[in-house]
Amino acid sequence: MAILVNKQSKIIVQGITGSEGSFHAQQCYEYGQNVVGGVTPGKGGTRVLDANLPVFNTCVEAKAATGANVSLIFVPPLFARDAILEAIDAKIELIVCITEGIPVQDMIQVQRALLGSGSRLIGPNCPGLLTPGEAKVGIMPGFIARPGRVGVISKSGTLTYEAVHQLVGVGLGQSTCVGIGGDPIIGTKMIDVLQLFQNDPDTDAIVLIGEIGGSMEIEAAHYVKESVSKPVIGFIAGQTAPPGRRMGHAGAIVSGADESAAAKKRVMASCGILVVDSPAHIGQTVADALNRVRA
Amino acid sequence: MKIHEYQAKELLKKYNIPIQDGVICESENKLESAIQEASRLFNTKNYVIKAQIHAGGRGKGGGVKFCTSAEKAQVEGKKILGMQLVTPQTGPEGQKVRKVMVAQAMDIASEYYVAITLDRSAGRDVIMASTEGGMDIEEVAAHTPEKIIRVWVDPAVGFQPFQARQIAFRLGFEPAIIKQAIPLLMNLYQCYKETDASLAEVNPLIVTTQNQLVALDAKFNFDSNALCRHSDIVAMRDIYEEDPTEVEAGKYNLNYIKLDGNVGCMVNGAGLAMATMDIIKLNGGEPANFLDVGGGANVETVKNGFKIILSDPNVKAVLINIFGGIVRCDRVANGIIEAVKDLDLSVPVVVRLEGTNADLAKSLLENAKLAIIPATSLADAAEKVVQAATGGSN
Repeated sequence: MAILVNKQSKIIVQGITGSEGSFHAQQCYEYGQNVVGGVTPGKGGTRVLDANLPVFNTCVEAKAATGANVSLIFVPPLFARDAILEAIDAKIELIVCITEGIPVQDMIQVQRALLGSGSRLIGPNCPGLLTPGEAKVGIMPGFIARPGRVGVISKSGTLTYEAVHQLVGVGLGQSTCVGIGGDPIIGTKMIDVLQLFQNDPDTDAIVLIGEIGGSMEIEAAHYVKESVSKPVIGFIAGQTAPPGRRMGHAGAIVSGADESAAAKKRVMASCGILVVDSPAHIGQTVADALNRVRA
Repeated sequence: MKIHEYQAKELLKKYNIPIQDGVICESENKLESAIQEASRLFNTKNYVIKAQIHAGGRGKGGGVKFCTSAEKAQVEGKKILGMQLVTPQTGPEGQKVRKVMVAQAMDIASEYYVAITLDRSAGRDVIMASTEGGMDIEEVAAHTPEKIIRVWVDPAVGFQPFQARQIAFRLGFEPAIIKQAIPLLMNLYQCYKETDASLAEVNPLIVTTQNQLVALDAKFNFDSNALCRHSDIVAMRDIYEEDPTEVEAGKYNLNYIKLDGNVGCMVNGAGLAMATMDIIKLNGGEPANFLDVGGGANVETVKNGFKIILSDPNVKAVLINIFGGIVRCDRVANGIIEAVKDLDLSVPVVVRLEGTNADLAKSLLENAKLAIIPATSLADAAEKVVQAATGGSN
């Protein structure tokens, strides 16, 4: 099964004629054959990807013509607010925004528009979603993953690849990999994805990769204690990050004692999460945990 | 992006918020005329000399002095201008004071705290206020959290007058002050929102003995993602307040933060870069920097990354950790080979490449016959680079 995206997903790409958008649309199309079209205002009526995919002027048209239920967004940061709002208005169920650098005030408005809308947003500033062997909605390299039963939740891109690589190294595949994004305001939080994995019969264990800044990992830890019965393996990046400095991601900044890596790891461990100190031990720790459960 | 107190006050002034004003002076020989001008503008013989640096806690470090005469103001101004001001926020080396504000002295009856920032978990702006003005607000939050008033702004309707009234009444203001506080709070929020600020803080906000509400100090941070729509804010940037190497790295579009250790690192992606620093530390080393070269790790970015890392004389070894997703590792390897040849590096370089075309990349590096130490995994790379940095004694 997997969560959020699968073989049956019908994906459109907003910004499909841009350089990023066209490159990644092709990669996603080749991976799952479930990209059904794209949106670029003014380019409606044309076709892209060797004429395989139709381009529409608006999301509403694209949805009506293709039955799309997922939109993948590659538009420049100052246009991203409008693109996400357009997808919400078109009642697209799942919106995945890869764009990095969207102003916070824009995301505050997007967050408000999502309330009660029926749409879910993943990201922004994220690598997107990958259900190995079924669907790729974003920029994760498909070839590093294998179908399997470990769910991956992460704020980061390449660190997710590292974790997936280690899982494959110990013989474990993934049900779905979810890059939720590293911005201060994101559409889908760790708790939301934990809930989806807990309810997914095809996921046996969950990898939770966080970083300094914000309180999402702490909220997730309390949720795990109350509501997650599957083993959760956690890592927090930024143990060596100096306080008050923004470490690459807009949200990766320690603004208070509770936002440090040490504080998050402490709470996560106290809530029953298997916290690894070394980012090199993620794969092995998952394997050990599953062996204990299955023994 | 941060700005100075005097710039923050100029911004407040534009939004009709009453401030403690002052005259800015950048050199000792202009100090006398600045004091004279302050005397004339504010009709006073009492002055406050305030060092203009971005870091907070200036008063604690001796960067804010009350002076009862023009002569005393001149003595203090000379001391502060050019001093290396050490505050709890600057680090032990301090920050050079290049500007002082000759500000009007005010008669303070009471002090308050007001700030607007993003509440990340709520996804909304929050206005915070407290009667504990002039204090470090994090200490207030830690010890007496009940003394902080919080009001959240619904983005669908914006900050409302009733919310400003809530704050003003809860701060216990007199009726005459409430009338001033409501427009002040509304204007402060408008200023915060229209400038894409990430923090607008007035601490302290004072009531004078003449019953006037005045912003005595002000601090603004801005959302760097939104700076492209605010050229007036960008114009206020002061690069003297930033680390010169970080400014240089910014020119190359590299995300670099200097640290105190001796193991340099170059990584693609912020999360993996942090994790790489962490594993260096776990292996007994100390990272010298954070450096995210982003998605396009080519010859130029690798070269520029080396230049930035090696401008730090503490660096004894460098770890390059690239997980190629979209990026092809063989291209990165060629970049590393070219950069190492061109730059004639004097420190050992450990390279770990994983992902797309990693095997091809490994054989390229082996055949190049350079002083590069290949590593097979994250753990292996960390171990090798720490060993190289400590000269094999670890």
